[in-house]
Amino acid sequence: MKAKTQVAKISTKGALVPALAPTAIPLKDRRLNFGGKWEYAPSPEDAKSYPIALRHELFINGKFVVPAAGTYFPSINPATEQQLTEIAEANAADVDAAVKAARRAYDRVWGKMPARERGKYLYRIARIIQEKARELAVLETIDGGKPIKESRDVDLPLVAAHFFYYAGWADKLKYAFPGKTPRPLGVAGQIIPWNFPLLMAAWKLAPALACGNTVVLKPAETTSITALRLAQIFQEAGLPEGVVNIVTGAGATGAAIVNHPDINKIAFTGSTEVGKLIARSMAGTGKHLTLELGGKAANIIFEDAPLDQAVEGVIAGIYFNQGHVCCAGSRLLVQEGVYARVVKKLRDRIQTLRVGNPLDKNTDIGAINSAGQLARIRELVQSGLDEGATLQQTQCALPARGFWYPPSFLTGVTHAHRVAQEEIFGPVLSVMTFRTPEEALERANNTPYGLSAGIWTDKGSKIFKMAAKLNAGVIWANCYNKFDPASPFGGYKESGFGREGGLPGLAAYCRLD
Amino acid sequence: MKASALFWKRPESLRLHAPLVPTIDQIMVEERANAFTKRSLKTSAKLAGLKMAVSMCDLTTLEGKDTPGKVAYLCRKAVQPIDAKYEVPPCAAVCVYPNLVKPARMFLGHHSPVKIAAVATGFPSGQYPLRTKLEEVRRAVADGADEIDMVIDRGAFLTGEHTRMFDEIAATKQACGAAHLKVILETGELVTYDNVRLASEIAMRAGGDFIKTSTGKVSPAATLPVTLVMLEAIRDHFFATGVRIGMKPAGGIRTAKQALAYLVMVKETLGDDWLTPDLFRIGASSLVTDLLMQIVKCTEGNYQAADYFSLP
Repeated sequence: MKAKTQVAKISTKGALVPALAPTAIPLKDRRLNFGGKWEYAPSPEDAKSYPIALRHELFINGKFVVPAAGTYFPSINPATEQQLTEIAEANAADVDAAVKAARRAYDRVWGKMPARERGKYLYRIARIIQEKARELAVLETIDGGKPIKESRDVDLPLVAAHFFYYAGWADKLKYAFPGKTPRPLGVAGQIIPWNFPLLMAAWKLAPALACGNTVVLKPAETTSITALRLAQIFQEAGLPEGVVNIVTGAGATGAAIVNHPDINKIAFTGSTEVGKLIARSMAGTGKHLTLELGGKAANIIFEDAPLDQAVEGVIAGIYFNQGHVCCAGSRLLVQEGVYARVVKKLRDRIQTLRVGNPLDKNTDIGAINSAGQLARIRELVQSGLDEGATLQQTQCALPARGFWYPPSFLTGVTHAHRVAQEEIFGPVLSVMTFRTPEEALERANNTPYGLSAGIWTDKGSKIFKMAAKLNAGVIWANCYNKFDPASPFGGYKESGFGREGGLPGLAAYCRLD
Repeated sequence: MKASALFWKRPESLRLHAPLVPTIDQIMVEERANAFTKRSLKTSAKLAGLKMAVSMCDLTTLEGKDTPGKVAYLCRKAVQPIDAKYEVPPCAAVCVYPNLVKPARMFLGHHSPVKIAAVATGFPSGQYPLRTKLEEVRRAVADGADEIDMVIDRGAFLTGEHTRMFDEIAATKQACGAAHLKVILETGELVTYDNVRLASEIAMRAGGDFIKTSTGKVSPAATLPVTLVMLEAIRDHFFATGVRIGMKPAGGIRTAKQALAYLVMVKETLGDDWLTPDLFRIGASSLVTDLLMQIVKCTEGNYQAADYFSLP
């Protein structure tokens, strides 16, 4: 009351005219206008300094060799649809040669090398990767379509970090699992996807090599270039012949690895569909298996969440790497009280995402990896529209050539919709609502997958309560898509089994007797 | 006259409203703010951004040793920052202590494109009686100040007396008359982002035309994440009321690169409508020289030594 009277007193004495009321914009015109005054000029990363060879061979026993059948398939830049190079197609004979080389290297050199010595190789590889980070980032972007900003700031630092991390474990292996003596499994067959070509290679190679296994690795057919560049780095690091063999090709090549009798372990990252095939064909063979498959993660926003930051987390969750992320936060669950505000914020925020040339340093959303993937995204979004959902998209112009999909989200989605159940693997978010924490849990767990989840709330206790009941391998609280080599990653249910990263990632490549 | 006769209507109890002010997550807001520094501005975008930054500068001198002579230099620099051939716009304003408003008005004249901003209300601490604070404001405006940069009573805010803080701002706004009011939150003393957000809400509702981060006398002064929190408050206020509030980060912005990151942040948070000196200012003293050096580099292709740029 005191303050009130004081103000009144002063204002009566004040000789000045009271301030004019600022003009208020009418409700219908209250919108943010992005663009129109100051546009960013193109800022492309230099790609000319890193030429790509016209043909890429197989990497077997430390050398690049012509495939047995002499067949090659083209690899294109998804942002321009131009052919970058042709890649050797490995058949069963090539895979057999690779497995034999790996077995020889395991028996004669790598398996019995003191762990400390193996660590030195891994450190050397990590350092060379850091030195060549820019080149690798550019190649990753050209070959896969991801924005240079992400390959430069996320992929490559993590690739090097994984090699450094597992290099550190090599000489401490016998202390890693108290009371147990870890021994290598033998020859590991590793099949990796196209969304993070180098990073997935690092996730698989580093722990396998640290434990003393030798490897036959197959990159995805649309993104083989950086794996083969990695092979050159192995040569430069003096890695003994046959320790890592890289065979390129499509499904048939992968099947030849999976079915090879002299392989001790298969590690696969990719679709749930293929994962099931692999699990079926390996049943009863005694081979070790880890699978890292699809996901349909729930990103849960509570009313008390820091909303602007939660929206940033939603953006990071679904539009990172064009949504080609198995742990993408593709289902957004918003508490009803803040639903309208969150959707409005999201609508404004996606207008500032820049879609276009992946080599441009200002690009936020790059190219969709392949024509097939683009068709699948379109088909699923159409199904969402047919089932009654509403589509929100950015108003940006897309390049004429290449594969593109604008950042989008669907509202009015229910659990019966395909877009709420199936993995879209693109920059498309399905938005749903809930009323209570119990309902959020039920809805979040109502999926065949169980890879990841996100929780947004200002209340710490709520985070712990939710995390304990969410059926997901990775749970982020007030952040999303954060990775660290020390943190295990993997799923439940149809998202696979086994963990990569951290100590569990090490255990996946050891026999623990 | 009753308090209700004031134009700026205060909610019945701001303390009750306070929990409804959004919370801020430190890690994510800092990460988001850092993302703006990753934008790569080249060629035309860079030059346009640099010139825009000059036009948004409040060229500042706030020292005990300030004299009319020093203010004269500052005014001339603000009117014409560099050789006219570079087509650099004048700075938005000069920012001085109340006693130097008169000489500044004398040097600039009455129709200058450069505004005069006076810090007032017991700058920088604000630990003075309201009566003298308001007298300071009235004197500065009468001497010719176009804008008043007031400081909030941080003591009142930190003890939870949000009502008192609101009333002081409202009273200052009234004392300003036609002059624009910038409310300095001194974020370095509020410390948490939650505090910054709440203080921003109070300052906007109480009648501030601009909200400003710092006095420049406390470290840390303006930072990108603090400014982002304030920009988000401005955006939400705009949606709620239809009024566009301005933003002024001040202190610690010394390089052109930093200034461009702020412009990027404004563009991508509030949109291009805010990219005008009417709604965005940068309070700085040494920044202008670096902006000019970069402008010359963009135009001529090479850097010049600092000796080739006039002192403010």
